[in-house]
Amino acid sequence: MTYLLVGIGGILGSLLRYYLGVFTHSWWAYSFPLGTLITNLMGCFILGWFTYRMIKMNVFPSAVLAGIGTGFVGSFTTFSTFSVETVTLIKNDTSLLAFLYVALSLFGGLLMSWSGYRVGDRSANKLKKKGEQLL
Amino acid sequence: MMTALLIALGGFLGAIARYVLSTWMNQKSTTGFPIGTLCVNLVGSFLLGILVGNGMTSGVYSFLGVGFMGAFTTFSTFKLENIHLHEKKMHTVLFPYLAFSYIGGIVLAFIGMLAGAL
Repeated sequence: MTYLLVGIGGILGSLLRYYLGVFTHSWWAYSFPLGTLITNLMGCFILGWFTYRMIKMNVFPSAVLAGIGTGFVGSFTTFSTFSVETVTLIKNDTSLLAFLYVALSLFGGLLMSWSGYRVGDRSANKLKKKGEQLL
Repeated sequence: MMTALLIALGGFLGAIARYVLSTWMNQKSTTGFPIGTLCVNLVGSFLLGILVGNGMTSGVYSFLGVGFMGAFTTFSTFKLENIHLHEKKMHTVLFPYLAFSYIGGIVLAFIGMLAGAL
C-alpha cells in the first residue's frame, strides 16, 4: 500500500514539476534555471512544514505520510536536474551564473526548509494546546 | 498528452525506486549519515548526465529524464535532513553530507555528460 501511494505521489509531483517548468519557460527567457530553483525552494518549505505539522499531529497513517512527503514532495523537487543544469552553465562559460545557482539552492534551500519546519512546528503545538483545552 | 503520460510513468517508478533504495540504505547507516538519499542523488545525477550528453530524443527523455530521474532524486528530503542534522548538533555529519552531495552531484553529472557524448 505504501509503495502504491508513494508511486501516485511520484506521478503528481513529477507532473507538477514539469508543468511549472513549462510555465516558467513561457515568461523567463534567460539561461538561468529559474524553474528548477523555484520548484526546489518551494518543495523545501512544503516538506519542512508538512513533516512537522502532520507527523506531530499524528492523525494520518504512515503510508499516507510517505505518499505525500516522500512521494509527492520528494518527486516534485529534483537533484539530478540541478546537477546537470549547473554543469551546463559552467560549460556555456557562465560560471558566475552557475555559482549563483548553487549558492541560492544551497542557502535558499536551507532557509526554506528551516522556515517550513518552524511554521509547521509552531502551528502543530498551537493546535495541540487547543485540543488539550477542549478536553 | 503522450509527454504527460511518459512523465507520469517515470515519476511513478522513480519515486518507488527512491523510497525502496533510500529507506533500505538509511536503515543500514549506524552513524546517522543519510547515505540512502546521498546515493540516489549521486546515481541520478550521473545517469541524467548520460541522458543529456547523449542528446536523448524527447519521448525517452520525458520518461527517463524528467519522470524517472527527476522523481528518483530529491532536493527537499536532502534539505530537511540537513536541518535535522543541524538541530541534533551533528555537524560532523552535516558538512560532509553537504560537500559530498553538491561536489559529487556536479562532478558526476559532468562525467555522465562526457560519457553520454561518446
